[in-house]
Amino acid sequence: MRRFSWFNATSLTFGFAFLYLPILLLIIYSFNESKLVTVWGGFSTKWYGELMRNEAMLDAAWVTLRVAFFSASLAAVLGTMAALVLVRSGRFKGRTLFSGMVYAPLVMPEVITGLSLLLLFISLNLDRGMLTVTLAHTTFSMCYVAVVVSSRLVTFDRSLEEAALDLGASPLDAFFSVTLPIIAPAVIAGWLLAFTLSLDDLVIASFNTGPGATTLPIKIYSAVRLGVSPEINALSTILIAVVSLGVIVASLADKQLAKSRGNQAQ
Amino acid sequence: MEGRLGRIVLILVPYLWLLVFFLVPFFIVLKISFSQTAISMPPYFPTFDLSEGWSGIKAAFAELSFDNYVWLTEDNLYIRSYLSSLWIAGTSMLITLVVGYPIAYGMARAPKAWRPTLLMLVILPFWTSFLIRVYAWIGILKKEGLLNLLLTNLGIIDQPLTILNTNTAVYIGIVYSYLPFMVLPLYSTLEKMDFSLIEAAQDLGCTPTSAFWKVTFPLSLPGVVAGCLLVFIPAVGEFVIPDLLGGTQTLMIGKTLWNEFFSNRDWPVASAVAIVLLLLLVVPILVFQRLLERQQEADAR
Repeated sequence: MRRFSWFNATSLTFGFAFLYLPILLLIIYSFNESKLVTVWGGFSTKWYGELMRNEAMLDAAWVTLRVAFFSASLAAVLGTMAALVLVRSGRFKGRTLFSGMVYAPLVMPEVITGLSLLLLFISLNLDRGMLTVTLAHTTFSMCYVAVVVSSRLVTFDRSLEEAALDLGASPLDAFFSVTLPIIAPAVIAGWLLAFTLSLDDLVIASFNTGPGATTLPIKIYSAVRLGVSPEINALSTILIAVVSLGVIVASLADKQLAKSRGNQAQ
Repeated sequence: MEGRLGRIVLILVPYLWLLVFFLVPFFIVLKISFSQTAISMPPYFPTFDLSEGWSGIKAAFAELSFDNYVWLTEDNLYIRSYLSSLWIAGTSMLITLVVGYPIAYGMARAPKAWRPTLLMLVILPFWTSFLIRVYAWIGILKKEGLLNLLLTNLGIIDQPLTILNTNTAVYIGIVYSYLPFMVLPLYSTLEKMDFSLIEAAQDLGCTPTSAFWKVTFPLSLPGVVAGCLLVFIPAVGEFVIPDLLGGTQTLMIGKTLWNEFFSNRDWPVASAVAIVLLLLLVVPILVFQRLLERQQEADAR
């Protein structure tokens, strides 16, 4: 086993300090008694209490969670289908267009996606609200799911599926009893990614939201425009904690799963 | 029979979804960009009235015009926004490359047991809210913020620096937010690299620096290109960072589009801005797609 060289250790230390210090400071100052950012007024959790009494914030959080849940679930299904098409379906008419439509949203500037979807909803006479935000989020996050799942699918051993087919399973049966359990970790990772992307999105939601469907990022954004506030720090800390916990638990579970599979195989 | 039908359904469902929610909207934007502003709802005309049949469509087509595009060239706000977006995105992309490369290199050469943890540490910030990470910098960069506090206490400066609401803050924001996008593709090419090549180069008399430029860097080029595109393309249309960290003089096209839409309520001009922005990005986006497809083919082998 090699050790860290001096140069590598330094660049990693500085790199990770740069990545994490701002978040760390944000978390520390959410426990600040004083309302001023730079003055440390002692440890306090009063901003968290304040947050819990902020009805508008709680409403926005509830809207955001529902939108994220529905759009992530829809995106997981559609994205997995898209990945299967990309990896498995071989050549068909319009394949280039299809892969273009899957990859382009990954880098498309959000203002364009937001504007174009809004104009679509208006020409469809669809009232803006939770439904339109959910549809918009599903569209861009299904592409992320497709990328995550297809990277798992390309390393997938097709002979397993063929064996199931030879033994008389229908393609649908073979998919649900052989393929899906194996690619499940990627689908779950895709779902989590879609969930956090939706939780996080400001620009696309701003274009496509309507009365009664204010999401948390929209709420945070309008508060942030007025300046730094410890209450927003507290809210950010909660969001960061939830997401980090989710990601860490998911990756540990994945590792555990891989380990138990390895044991079974032995 | 079920297999054939299943295949068709499998292709059709995501295909139709993306057609309706991704491709069709672009044609609507394109159409509205040729429309004229009106004080009504929706705030533009002509609107296609399908009930009047073909003659209605023809009449609507006759009213389409290039006025909005002419307008974009007449008011130099738009041209300056486009140029300044390209400049800011390009500069930040280079800074991100310079900052990200040593990190990716350090990760790729770290002991194997460490690598999953390091990878996790790079990915984790990507999962935490973008908005929150940009917001975190406001408290650091503002006049009475933490950076100025630190520097004055250390005696490095006596006057607080003005960083927030300048382009510098925008650069910092973009580099910070997009760093994981640069590090991940770089890491995945560097990790696959055969480092004995460098030893060979050094044995043959290369200095470490020249071995880096002659061996490591050229071999990592696919990662460099992917990382640069992943930073550059979204950064050109970035809205949140210039809006929260930049100042009034910070011009970026995403912000201009946003203002056109939300403040001026001029949908046709906003659409025209979007179409031009898209045209600027078509080439980098196509390159990015080719790269992803080739990557997937390589993985499949």
